[in-house]
Amino acid sequence: MIGLGHFLTLSAILFGCGVATILTKRNAIGILMGVELILNAANVNLVAFNRFSWAGEAVAQGGVPAVDGLMFAMFIIVLAAAEAAIALAIFLNFYNHFSTIDIERARMLSG
Amino acid sequence: MLLAQQPPTLDPVAPWLFYLFAGVAVLGALGVVLSQQIVRMAVFLLFTLGSVAMLYFFLAAEFLAAIQLIVYVGGTLILIIFGVMLTSKNPFIRLTVPLGQRIAGWAIGGLLALLMIFLGVVELAGGFAPTSPGGRVEHYGVAELGQNLLGKYALPFELAGVLLLVVMIGAAYIAKGRHADLAKGEETP
Repeated sequence: MIGLGHFLTLSAILFGCGVATILTKRNAIGILMGVELILNAANVNLVAFNRFSWAGEAVAQGGVPAVDGLMFAMFIIVLAAAEAAIALAIFLNFYNHFSTIDIERARMLSG
Repeated sequence: MLLAQQPPTLDPVAPWLFYLFAGVAVLGALGVVLSQQIVRMAVFLLFTLGSVAMLYFFLAAEFLAAIQLIVYVGGTLILIIFGVMLTSKNPFIRLTVPLGQRIAGWAIGGLLALLMIFLGVVELAGGFAPTSPGGRVEHYGVAELGQNLLGKYALPFELAGVLLLVVMIGAAYIAKGRHADLAKGEETP
């Protein structure tokens, strides 16, 4: 039987992989992929809690099911797409200046 | 509490199907972590994102699954691959961190995942039941999402629109970079 715990476990594993990706990559685009993994884990959590949360009583009484978790997940998808676009634009600019996207070289602001 | 008489499971979902897609998602995520070549990481990420989209179907969120496929797999991932192609002379270049840092990163990620699994499964999961009474599959229609977008969530919706406009202009401006200035400088002797 598939319950909420299964989805929470999957989401936790995706989140851990995202954190490990961010911490262990030197390629800036690799770090961006880790961020995408973390946002996806958050989305899985939101959608799962929306499915498993308290709205059943309202549905049983003829109301409409609450979709708040789905709305939050949609906004997170929009923000993730926007963040990826801006981050890649910054990486392109960085590559134009330094001919690499190795984040170890991004030391201009470190004083 | 009110739903305590219902079993906290999704009855109509075939378990092996969940395990199949969840396994593909987890293997893809592990591939993203362990692979050192950026193009392979992108392909592993493709598997993970696609499997998560399939899992949304189990949660009766078909519209979100379609959005995930269109925006993530069709948009963001293509953007990332274009970024890879534009920012490296050799897409198979290896940028490795020292082994100690790598082990520390894996340990931190693994510990966080274990903590969240413990919290989620032991503390949280027992208190929730599916929203559909009697295990009947409930599909969240697009109509409800649309009504929420233009009603309860109208302000975030408009703000997201403004944000996307700003991001579009900002990304074009930032990515223009030095080459445009150089070209302008060459035009005027």
